[in-house]
Amino acid sequence: MTAIIRVEHLSKLYRIGLAPKGYRTLSENITYAMGAPIRAIRRVKTPAPDAMDTIYALNDVSFDVEEGQVLGIIGRNGAGKSTLLKILSRITEPTEGEIWINGRVGSLLEVGTGFHPELTGRENIFLNGAILGMKRGEITSKFDEIVAFSEVEQFIDTPVKRYSSGMYLRLAFAVAAHLEPEILVVDEVLAVGDAEFQRKCLGKMSDVAQQGRTVLFVSHNMSAILRLTQESIVIQKGQLVKRAPSVEAVDFYLSAGHSSDGERTWSRDEISLDADPFRPVALRIRGPKGTVVETVRSTEPVVVEFEYELTAPVTGLRVGIYLNTGRGEAVFTTFDTDDPGMFERFTNRKPGRYVSRCIIPPDTLNSGRYSLNVNASSYRIRRYFAEEQALEFSVDATAAPGMQWPEPRPGVTRPRLEWKIESL
Amino acid sequence: MTIYIKPTKGWASLNLRDLWTYRELILFMVWRDLLVRYKQTVLGVTWAILQPFLQMVVFSIIFGRFAKVPTDNNIPYPIFSYVALLPFTLFAKALNDASRSLVGHQNMVSKIYFPRLILPLSSVLGGLVDFALAFLVLLGMMIYYALTGGFHFIINAAWLWLPFFILLALVTALGVALWLSALYVQYRDVGYMLPFLSDTWKFISPVVYSSTMIPEQWQMLYSINPMVGVINGFRWALLGAPSPIGMGLLVSTISAIILLATGLVYFRRMERTFADLI
Repeated sequence: MTAIIRVEHLSKLYRIGLAPKGYRTLSENITYAMGAPIRAIRRVKTPAPDAMDTIYALNDVSFDVEEGQVLGIIGRNGAGKSTLLKILSRITEPTEGEIWINGRVGSLLEVGTGFHPELTGRENIFLNGAILGMKRGEITSKFDEIVAFSEVEQFIDTPVKRYSSGMYLRLAFAVAAHLEPEILVVDEVLAVGDAEFQRKCLGKMSDVAQQGRTVLFVSHNMSAILRLTQESIVIQKGQLVKRAPSVEAVDFYLSAGHSSDGERTWSRDEISLDADPFRPVALRIRGPKGTVVETVRSTEPVVVEFEYELTAPVTGLRVGIYLNTGRGEAVFTTFDTDDPGMFERFTNRKPGRYVSRCIIPPDTLNSGRYSLNVNASSYRIRRYFAEEQALEFSVDATAAPGMQWPEPRPGVTRPRLEWKIESL
Repeated sequence: MTIYIKPTKGWASLNLRDLWTYRELILFMVWRDLLVRYKQTVLGVTWAILQPFLQMVVFSIIFGRFAKVPTDNNIPYPIFSYVALLPFTLFAKALNDASRSLVGHQNMVSKIYFPRLILPLSSVLGGLVDFALAFLVLLGMMIYYALTGGFHFIINAAWLWLPFFILLALVTALGVALWLSALYVQYRDVGYMLPFLSDTWKFISPVVYSSTMIPEQWQMLYSINPMVGVINGFRWALLGAPSPIGMGLLVSTISAIILLATGLVYFRRMERTFADLI
């Protein structure tokens, strides 16, 4: 086997000061504008110190990929996966290191890029094909196949702005899927589209793999990683921390979270400047006695609390937790102002320290590993802060209904249901 | 095919081979712009003609009739200004579209690889179709004035110079747009500056007046603006105004080439950060 991709000592340094600043409200904008000349002068006078404003999105990453291999890439959001893919597909340059790639890299990051709403499906196929690097002849010869795959034959001469979002996506994916690169990069596209379409995408991906082409597959869905890849690399804070058969890598990833002992705390320098005025402090799991715990019993209530600080008044803030299974499947999503009464009461939050706390009732979760994503946003205005897999915990099903039979119960929930048996 | 990726240090090479591999994409982008440009408009492609034509009407009334701005060789003011508006509209549109091309295609820039030069390049070429249509109107006007007198319509060898002047206008637009499009990625101020820039540029170019109105000692300085060479060239080739060929045109040409060369170098240097900053 020969290496089709060789990555050596790859690093990418980002200057935080240049990162996009997110959206501001109009009044914030005006105040900001007033200060612009002053800030400009200040900037010229005191140039920003280098080390303070930079972060390594990737730090000395080296690995090889063999031809025909399907390699999983696992890591939290912000671990550097996307940066790695962007460098591999030559969208951005590395700061240090070298890469050799033997072949064309096609990526499903780019589904629908360059689609123009005013153009028809047919025109967009040609345009998108060209953008993805296909020659005109190549597109013409695959045209029928692309149309058939996308299932939009009837509408092929309709402007794509009249398409439903599903049709749009199918057409876009069809073009990207027929690019037939030597190396295919798949990044979480499978999260979109209906179940039928997702199956098709996964099918296409395994076809590609079976044809002996190389696939790099990035996902948060551990079941998909386990199903589709034999080997995976784990990226943590820009570093490659593990390369192993996928089963082992997934285990490593799940157990190597930042969280320990049922608590995740954030230090100042961990929080992006974009989050301002929202500052996360800690996320905790508490047992029934109020102690911070890592493992909870399924028969007892579980308290999830998120402590944070507001440095300025915030309107319409909602703080939410997303509960997922350890394999990345969603269980539920809940926000602290879901209740209309709460929503009214906490429309405006003054600066200060807060705890948003919720209780997962007893007999809800089945035994297993769970992880929490947190999110703080003002709906349709701005997302202040979000972190995936901020905290993980285990649920133990001792004394749960049905424990007289020591067999694993399939399912995410383990409710205590009222059964009646009638003799007729 | 082996792709080798490493950080580029210092001044990047132009990498024209890469541009050549993607040449079809340039055509596709131009084609797309043409297909899309006048969609969902009532007047459609008529807009390509209306813009310079209506400006010509306004200029003829204000500058020709009221201000009585003199023209070269007493050419009727409407064709005198229209023949200048033709290349200037081409230039202004190319400059505007190409400067906005990177930010306007953020999605493409941040999601896929292709030689970034394609975006400004194809935007510059996109105006040529509008130009061709507006040129037909000019021919109509020339015939009209030839028939009604006051203008002598001839086709001569000077017409062969027209492609050169068109190229000069496009090179200038591209040169400036390379600078501005790269700056626009980081500083959105460029977006606000552009309308002001093309307005000002119109008045430092001999669009509404004749370049002979500029005092002799300022002519060389004036010619640093390549559009002076372009417009004088158009008036000479099509209307028989005094020949621009000489030091002035040379200055204009050199200035356009310098703009393009520095623009290319700056663009290539900034290119590596586009996806991170946009």
